Amino acid sequence: MTTDLTRRSAAEMASLLSTKEVSSVELTQAHLDRTDAVDGLVHSYLHVDHEGALAQARAVDERRAAGDDLHVLAGVPIAVKDILTTIGLPTTAGSRILEGWIPPYDATVVTRLREAGMPILGKTNLDEFAMGSSTEHSAYGPSRNPWDLERIPGGSGGGSSSVVASFQAPLAIGTDTGGSIRQPAALTGTVGTKPTYGGVSRYGLVALASSLDQAGPCARSVLDTALLHAVIAGHDPLDSTSIDAPVPAVVEAARRADVSGMIVGVIKQLTGEGYQAGVQTRFDEAVALLVDRGATVVEVDCPSFDYALATYYLILPSEASSNLAKFDAMRYGLRVPPAGVDAPSAEQVMAASRDAGFGDEVKRRIILGTYALSSGYYAAYYGQAQKVRRLIADDFARAFATADVLLSPTAPTTAFKLGEKLDDPMAMYRGDVATIPANLAGVPGMSLPSGLADEDGLPTGIQILAPATQDDRLYAVGAALEAALVAQWGAPLLTRAPELTEGELR
Amino acid sequence: MTTHATREPETLMGYDEVLAVFDPVMGLEVHVELGTATKMFCGCSTTFGGQPNTQTCPVCLGLPGALPVVNEIGVESAIRIGLALNCEIATWCRFARKNYFYPDMPKNFQTSQYDEPIAFEGYLDVDLDDGTTFRVLIERAHMEEDTGKSLHVGGATGRIQGADHSLVDYNRAGIPLIEIVTKPITGAGQRAPEVARAYVTALRDLLKALDVSDVKMEQGSMRADVNVSLRPLAAEGQDQDEVRLGTRTETKNVNSFRSVERAVRHEMMRHGAILSGGGSILQETRHWHEDTGLTTSGREKSDAEDYRYFPEPDLVPVAPSRELVEALRATLPEPPSDRRKRLQGDWGYSDLEMRDVQNAGVVELIEATIAAGGSPAGARKWWMAEPSRRANAQAQDVVSYAAEVGLTPARVAELEALVTGGRLNDQLARQVMDGVLDGEGSPTTVADARGLALVQDDGALEAAVDVVIAANAAVADKVREGKVAAAGALIGQVMKQMKGQADAAKAREMIMSKLGQG
Repeated sequence: MTTDLTRRSAAEMASLLSTKEVSSVELTQAHLDRTDAVDGLVHSYLHVDHEGALAQARAVDERRAAGDDLHVLAGVPIAVKDILTTIGLPTTAGSRILEGWIPPYDATVVTRLREAGMPILGKTNLDEFAMGSSTEHSAYGPSRNPWDLERIPGGSGGGSSSVVASFQAPLAIGTDTGGSIRQPAALTGTVGTKPTYGGVSRYGLVALASSLDQAGPCARSVLDTALLHAVIAGHDPLDSTSIDAPVPAVVEAARRADVSGMIVGVIKQLTGEGYQAGVQTRFDEAVALLVDRGATVVEVDCPSFDYALATYYLILPSEASSNLAKFDAMRYGLRVPPAGVDAPSAEQVMAASRDAGFGDEVKRRIILGTYALSSGYYAAYYGQAQKVRRLIADDFARAFATADVLLSPTAPTTAFKLGEKLDDPMAMYRGDVATIPANLAGVPGMSLPSGLADEDGLPTGIQILAPATQDDRLYAVGAALEAALVAQWGAPLLTRAPELTEGELR
Repeated sequence: MTTHATREPETLMGYDEVLAVFDPVMGLEVHVELGTATKMFCGCSTTFGGQPNTQTCPVCLGLPGALPVVNEIGVESAIRIGLALNCEIATWCRFARKNYFYPDMPKNFQTSQYDEPIAFEGYLDVDLDDGTTFRVLIERAHMEEDTGKSLHVGGATGRIQGADHSLVDYNRAGIPLIEIVTKPITGAGQRAPEVARAYVTALRDLLKALDVSDVKMEQGSMRADVNVSLRPLAAEGQDQDEVRLGTRTETKNVNSFRSVERAVRHEMMRHGAILSGGGSILQETRHWHEDTGLTTSGREKSDAEDYRYFPEPDLVPVAPSRELVEALRATLPEPPSDRRKRLQGDWGYSDLEMRDVQNAGVVELIEATIAAGGSPAGARKWWMAEPSRRANAQAQDVVSYAAEVGLTPARVAELEALVTGGRLNDQLARQVMDGVLDGEGSPTTVADARGLALVQDDGALEAAVDVVIAANAAVADKVREGKVAAAGALIGQVMKQMKGQADAAKAREMIMSKLGQG
């Protein structure tokens, strides 16, 4: 029964809770047991909060017993990427520099989860400050892909995608700055959405690149993703960039699952060359399925997308270099005295602490960003990148004038082996080539499984993009496609993943 | 002639000698803390003097994940200041991040405005001591946040050198600041130091009238950075504006009007000495020392200093509607200098009298006294006398001194009424004022308690007059012979006999009539 419970969808769990067939304590305990059994292999979590999660589960059970009017997901447990602040639970952002820091405040997303009565199981692993595409840049060791433990689960949200893919949690919160929800979803056979920029509050999200960061839902089905999306979305007066408008009807769209009469655009620049054959094949088949369901396909040209990667790697490090300046050992986190200095100055302590506390990838990007913003280079780099960013947004606007949604493979390849690209940052960066344009333009995007690649049997993902604030379109198309694919497969893709044996990886 | 950069000359150059060779150019940057109830980007209190770190939150502490939200009242104050300075108000502008590392700056960047200030291209007309007006052009007024404050503990001086540890108080971090920057001030010549003081004073008056700040220089809610440079005087037939500007130094955080004037003067004399000795000025920041009236070198400030400004991505742009700007324009008070001219006309004061009451800081007190029934002349006389003297002796401003001892405009009006009503003469009234300032109560209470009143009984006065005439026969004779001026001595004697509590005019009248001069 216990194992079965964790294999249900969040929607099913919610239904079992509402009919009182299971309690939230049972459901939460089942997931904690699963974590005890398999997280030694997968390493999805940085912190597991057994007591806190069970206490929240008990509280919601009591409220249900008292006949309170509860949120549809009340009692369904969830995991949160360790880059969102949580009262009483460590928040490290995957970095040594924040080791042991316990925030005095909750991120708005976390507040909304608590208000919905969702027990928080723990904090999931990530690339340090969300910089990376493999979760190998976590200062606390990599997460692994439940489909093949020798492989990466994607990044930076490898913890949030693998926790869902390994049935340790039905739902998780991720953050997506250049694809960190969508790319790991593709590599682990799960679903993830990056909402419209400003659609979900960034308050309490430890900033990587403020103009690109977006928190969003991770789950195993399109409907579950929509249910979670609805919990966390909506205006927040604490975030000046938060959209002050009603949340798009994502759950209704997911239930509608209809693409008839829709025009879907395939982005010319994000297919073909550079994409693994198996990824491309599954993508083409998925598009054909949408046609079967009544959609019309057009090809759209987005020429500026060719410069998206370069643009992203100027804007992101620039903003990151400024956002990460606060980690100076003055108020919280790691403080390291400089070696061989008797009475060190504040600057020397800052330098030594930052040297010890930041990993190589973070240092690489801080240096890059500092350079790009420095006087004399600003116009040539940051200023130019902002102009290209505008062109990319223009490409989207033109494309959405002819198509309701846009499609591409989510990632160019399936999951690669741990360590394989660690010494080649450029190769690593290319993993986000298809997801980055959406962040630069602020439009919403979703990744859902499109099948397994023939050559390696690993999951592939398809990406759906919609115009800003039209997040519901992702769910209408995603749910229709998911239904068609699952019908073809006979069962959800994750049922084909290998069973994880209990234990600890050597 | 060898050119070398110099910081400290052996001796200063004489002020007049400087002006014989050089033309001073100034630039003033004034930081003003806004009097908003909450900080610029969060809801924390801005109250001055709280226990360290009690007025902080994740936002103003810059904790990971925290985000700023703009204080609308702060923006409106900035717009009103801009309008009062005759500036253009931006239709769309942004905040920027000014990146540098400093222990008392929570985020290690300051949220400020860079190339897109909220207000720009204005001017302020400044009244000088000689009654002329000098127009100072304003480059910009922009919004930013204040930093925290470091406290160095364990050393003798309170400076970081020699301290065994440092503490940081973030109560001030995030308090809204407006930085008002002038264009280079040229053409002031020998009046440059005075123009600098008058500008800062005029700015203070304006901000006070706008009610946007408590503008207390001694508490740091208004701080001036003073830039000074010298350039050679133009040659015959050359326009002074065509002469290239000299290298400037920036004297930071000058905290009184007088110091602004002294700092400009000192820097002119220091630059003059260096330049005339064949040296060149090092572009640097300088520290002002109130006690010695000198500046010392701070850190070298080259143009290469790189703050890596870029638009603050956590904040949406500020785009005030024209309706809002016009609504705010309608809230502007009468400009202080216009108001002064109007009051002077109403009160009939001479230029000198107006300048005196202005310098004494009693214009509002006089206005209130007149409103309470006093006359302009009486109000001026009483406020400028003992209250100003005592406030000065205690290095206080008259307003706060008067509030402390309980001297209200109504009491001053009451005192004057006692004189015009014939109960007191000036001499007795001065004694009553002493009593009021000593905390003995209202003028009437003091007069009653001290038994101060003109003797109204003509019999007693007549008796005293008779006694005095009898005792000063020689003087009385002179008066009888027509030397009327001699009567003064007799009046003085009568007043003495009456212990000052007699009506001198009445005594005179009586003496004259008794001596056949009536």
